[in-house]
Amino acid sequence: MAGFNRRDFLVSSGVALASAGLSPLAYAQDATPKRGGTLNMLINPEPPVLVSIFQTTGPALVASSKVLEGLLAYDFDLKPKPQLATAWNASPDGLKYTFTLRQNVKWHDGEPFTSADVAFSIELLKSIHPRGRSTFANVTRVSTPDARTAIIELSKPAPYLLKALSAGESPIVPKHLYANGDPLTNPHNNAPIGTGPFRFKSWARGASIVYERNPDYWDAGKPYIDSLVFKVIPDAAARSAAFETGALDLGGENPVPLSDLPRLTQLPQLAVETRGYRFLEPLSEIDFNLDHPILKDVRVRQAIAHAINPQVVQKTIAYGYADISPTPITPASPYHDAKLAPYPFDTANAEKLLDAAGYPRKNGGPRFQLTHDFLPYGDMYRRQADYVKSALARVGIDVTVRSQDLPSFLKRVYADRQFDFTSIGVNTLFDPSVGVQRLYWSKNIRPGVPFSNAPHYSNAQVDALLESASIETDETKRVALYQQFQQIVYRDLPILNLVAPRMVTVANRRVRNHTVSAQGLEGNLADVYLSA
Amino acid sequence: MNRRTRFAAIARRTAWQALPTVLAIVILNFFLLKLMPGDAADVLAGEAGSATAETLQALRAKFGLDQPVLHQLGAYLSHLAHGSLGYSPRYDAPVLQLILSRLPNTLLLMGTALGLALVAGVVLGAVMAHWAGKWPDRVLSVLALLLYSTPGFWIGLLAIVLFSVHLGWLPSGGDATIGAQLHGFARFADVARHVLLPAVTLATFFVAIYARLTRAAMLEVQRQDFVRTAHAKGLHPLRVTVRHVLRNALMPLTTMIGIHFGTLLGGAAVTETVFSWPGLGRLALDAVMARDFSVLLGVLLLSSLLVIVANVAVDLLQAWLDPRIA
Repeated sequence: MAGFNRRDFLVSSGVALASAGLSPLAYAQDATPKRGGTLNMLINPEPPVLVSIFQTTGPALVASSKVLEGLLAYDFDLKPKPQLATAWNASPDGLKYTFTLRQNVKWHDGEPFTSADVAFSIELLKSIHPRGRSTFANVTRVSTPDARTAIIELSKPAPYLLKALSAGESPIVPKHLYANGDPLTNPHNNAPIGTGPFRFKSWARGASIVYERNPDYWDAGKPYIDSLVFKVIPDAAARSAAFETGALDLGGENPVPLSDLPRLTQLPQLAVETRGYRFLEPLSEIDFNLDHPILKDVRVRQAIAHAINPQVVQKTIAYGYADISPTPITPASPYHDAKLAPYPFDTANAEKLLDAAGYPRKNGGPRFQLTHDFLPYGDMYRRQADYVKSALARVGIDVTVRSQDLPSFLKRVYADRQFDFTSIGVNTLFDPSVGVQRLYWSKNIRPGVPFSNAPHYSNAQVDALLESASIETDETKRVALYQQFQQIVYRDLPILNLVAPRMVTVANRRVRNHTVSAQGLEGNLADVYLSA
Repeated sequence: MNRRTRFAAIARRTAWQALPTVLAIVILNFFLLKLMPGDAADVLAGEAGSATAETLQALRAKFGLDQPVLHQLGAYLSHLAHGSLGYSPRYDAPVLQLILSRLPNTLLLMGTALGLALVAGVVLGAVMAHWAGKWPDRVLSVLALLLYSTPGFWIGLLAIVLFSVHLGWLPSGGDATIGAQLHGFARFADVARHVLLPAVTLATFFVAIYARLTRAAMLEVQRQDFVRTAHAKGLHPLRVTVRHVLRNALMPLTTMIGIHFGTLLGGAAVTETVFSWPGLGRLALDAVMARDFSVLLGVLLLSSLLVIVANVAVDLLQAWLDPRIA
């Protein structure tokens, strides 16, 4: 049995998902896995590289995690499981994590995997990974007393560290291939060499990526399928058609428009899965520009909160595939404060607040005008923006919806700050220190950095709470700190949190065991098999 | 003037017109692209869903985006002078290699589509002109109008639903069966099956134009004296239509095809997206969305070269069709 963390803080984080009555083993027990076959999986959009050490776009994580592995894998409840590490433990002060590494693991080029690879990779993650820079900020050194032991030493505790070691988030790359030259331009970023169940075979840009079974995989007998083909299908309607014709077996992160789901799920061969996204945990929200002369008044923001019905967002905008989350830490997290309910949908109250703020209705006309931008990612946020327009019209706010492509949007909001308020989605990730703190921490007001503190929210008390929680090793105290944080930002309302969308995986029923962990399709797919 | 010197004159004229045109296109494109808000680092950071100021700075340094704009232009032109289209930092590959990997697909799709459009358009147009004002003309006119006004992506999606999803005759996308090691005729048949739907989709719009154009041009030629002479000689009406009328009516058609060659590249982006066809149009579209300027400049440069080559070909073709053109 793997050595569990003495303080066992991860157990509590699993309660939320485990209590949902989900049994990850239900699939695994239905038959003995069958060997052979080709799995056709969607990759969308096409990733720029196949290694996720400096690229954290979803498709790169999906592609990388089959070839390059992490130290740990995770249960549905985010409890660590062995992958390249077979045992691990943390020192009582939380400043030292010792990993015992798997023996007799070879890279796909035949070189042995050792602790030097781990030390090299953690240091690389700390210097070039978009999140690793903050996740591993407290790492002072990674020592390697012997070839199968790696010790991560920290200057300050990092209670989220053990949740950040998945293959997608923190891949272990071969030192002998990455030590020389610039890792960003390493040719193996496009032709990865790892320890994982699949080997890279070919990549036809714009069409497909082909992986083949690694017969020397350390988990003998796995993987079950012979080859894994990622297909690039840029058009949403064409993806739906590909699922219908059987050209696609598997696709994650809402592979088809949600409006197509009812039709596709009618088909006997297709099934839908919503588990396996705990590492992303997206959140749909409205960010206010607190430098805006009208929106800097908290009464105006509260009026907007009262005028928008989160149930409409949940049922109509997200087609029911969402949980209402009035706080930035979603209900799936053990740090969620369930005592906070959404601002009641109450247009009379909203009008009263707007009157009090000094914006009366001007003889039948609107009180004032605002422009609303939305994140151009899928169509969820466009639909949400349309709803915001119609909902706010009822309380006398005239909203113009403005659309633009992704780089234009990011530049407008984060660099130029030419916005009033936005419909946006962020991934709150596996821990609030990594996924939520960046949105509210005043030290993360970083011009030009996407998904930083867009509202320019600055509250010394919130900063202190976030900073304490990020190094708090006592789980009960950490929960209390985050609950206090949620209560303050709920009241201050720099961001109106609406729903946590549930991502959907669409799969042909012959594909078994595709979602066996919290990593979902960002797992290594070693357990996947195709039933007859 | 004999034919060879005529052709040489056309080629010379085109060459000295093409060079400054291409240079102007490159410089104009460069500044147009620089006007777009956001850069490649923004996109990568946005797609990643998280970033730090340091990683953004590292990305910009890697892409050369931290340099002054004129410096970037100078670097690009200097690369170009050395025969290099630059390097795509996003794809971690030379731009030329990216483009060459997509070019055969695009040429195949465009060639097939243009060929289909030309044959179908000319046949339909000839039929319409021959029976002008009668019912075949009326029916085909309505059909041409329908094809002309229906958006290509919609035709493409409907074709997928009908031929791939319901009938299961043809694949719904891609350029070949992935992983199938086919050779000879099997490979040809596989590619043909994949190219058919996108080519037909791409062709529909142009079929309508060519049909209308052929019809109008033929009606005009029919009123000319030499046609009456041909009829008076007692030639078979079909022979008059094909040999005398159609050949003369092809002149405006060839001009249009030259122009459409450029349009097809643009129109191909939509069709390529619907049918997951790995061609240049999609590469360009992806490059716009990703602000991958070196790739986009390369595609635009190549497209402008293609259009120029197509125009030269049309000029030569017209010189051959009509000896009066010098």
